[in-house]
Amino acid sequence: MVKKDLKIIVEDLNFFYGDLKALDGVNIQIPERKVTALIGPSGCGKSTFLRVLNRMNDLIPETRLEGKVLIDGYDIYADNIDVVELRKKIGMVFQKSNPFPKSIFDNVAYGPRVHGIKDRVRLAEIVEENLKRAALWDEVKDDLKRSAMELSGGQQQRLCIARALATEPEILLMDEPASALDPISTAKIEELIRELKERYTIVIVTHNMQQAARVSDYTAFFYLGKLIEFNRTEEIFTRPRKKQTEDYITGRFG
Amino acid sequence: MKRGQMRELIAFWCVRMAIVIIVAALGIIIWFLGKNGLSILSWEFLTEPPREGMTEGGIFPPLVGTLYLILGTIICALPLGVLAAIYLTEYTRQGKVIRVIRLGINNLAGVPSVVFGLFGLAFFVIYLGFGVSILSGSLTLTFMILPTIIRASEEALLAVPQTFREASLALGATRWQTIYKVVLPQAFPGILTGSILGIGRAAGETAPIIFTAATFYTPHLPRSIFDPVMALPFHLYVLATEGTHLEKTLPIQYGTAIVLLGLVLGINLAAIVWRARLRRKKRW
Repeated sequence: MVKKDLKIIVEDLNFFYGDLKALDGVNIQIPERKVTALIGPSGCGKSTFLRVLNRMNDLIPETRLEGKVLIDGYDIYADNIDVVELRKKIGMVFQKSNPFPKSIFDNVAYGPRVHGIKDRVRLAEIVEENLKRAALWDEVKDDLKRSAMELSGGQQQRLCIARALATEPEILLMDEPASALDPISTAKIEELIRELKERYTIVIVTHNMQQAARVSDYTAFFYLGKLIEFNRTEEIFTRPRKKQTEDYITGRFG
Repeated sequence: MKRGQMRELIAFWCVRMAIVIIVAALGIIIWFLGKNGLSILSWEFLTEPPREGMTEGGIFPPLVGTLYLILGTIICALPLGVLAAIYLTEYTRQGKVIRVIRLGINNLAGVPSVVFGLFGLAFFVIYLGFGVSILSGSLTLTFMILPTIIRASEEALLAVPQTFREASLALGATRWQTIYKVVLPQAFPGILTGSILGIGRAAGETAPIIFTAATFYTPHLPRSIFDPVMALPFHLYVLATEGTHLEKTLPIQYGTAIVLLGLVLGINLAAIVWRARLRRKKRW
């Protein structure tokens, strides 16, 4: 890996909820425009790690972070970082789809609007473009004024992806985006992830190891707050170097 | 019959009786007022001032006065209460200071209304020099119902799922954008209902306005917010206790009571209907 291809560099990261150490000495280098999967048993710190990357954990009281998190070479926990600008650059898709109780159009236009785009024509273009990117356009184009709440679970999750893409992020964080979906919707989301990596650096948390194997280029295995192993996905799944990784992916625990 | 069944029967009857008593009490009040006061209700009663030392004529000035007081209270209390609730739920880290503030607000809710009246007299009427006026009365009523509005707003804000806030912040919205574009619209029906229930209470209170806004009798309507007004609850109190012709004014008293009750119930009903409409609209 050449240094300039690295999007996210994390050095000696420790993260605490009060006295509880949730992440312990994590070092990882996440490459640009690839899909990196974070796997591991529940409570291993993978979701916490994901939320470190867009400072979502700032919202939780009594959390503390040590170490460095560099995105494009900038320390995102430095004092002079504008968290709002940072989050604009980093889209996030949550485990449970959470569209706003607004129309489909207003959901996708939400990000552009809060960033100051008012022109109706421009907004309409953005909405169409991103609904297409999220492979939802054909299903909803006839009635963008419909409430997002009327969509199916899988459609809602793709709407949330479109909404995240509409702010033109460079990184897309996905926290088990398909865990609440049926197999067909899951397949659609996975296909979408493979398409999106042309443009975006994607970090995805997943419980499902087949999914990690299917969609990701790199895989990181977390256990008890530590990054046990990080490598190309086919290496992890065919030639794991650590015993714990092998035990986990072969289903011996977790 | 087994013991358990017997107990169940008794418990069930106690529960049922409680409801019967409550509904009966409400029914008796309405029936009693209606029987004695309905005959006097007419368009003239609502639109004419009192005449002949308040033994004849209508209740136009106190009706208008009460509406002004309600309006003034809404204008002051709603923004203040909602902003305070936003501060308490959205902007601060929960901790000792917040707990003390909450305790203070809840204690404010327990203060008797006459104490608010005296406070209003000392502070708004005399110290700030607003005089006995709509302004002083509205501000006094505002302080009285603020705890209700703050608590209702807090509950409504806390009921908005955290995932909406996270989604908005993750899109690079600021905290304020998140609050007014996502959280407030969601919380609005709850805020509205809770607040209007408080305002209904303000409309019917006598003690807070006796010293701060109400006047025994004025022939004209108020011309500015610094004028005193007649108000329905105070008018009723005056007719029932201080008039020299208590018997003669009896129908007017009942009529006034019906209008006051109708006003308060109407406000509450409006809140309920409005909330139901907003709830439906949420899924448009």
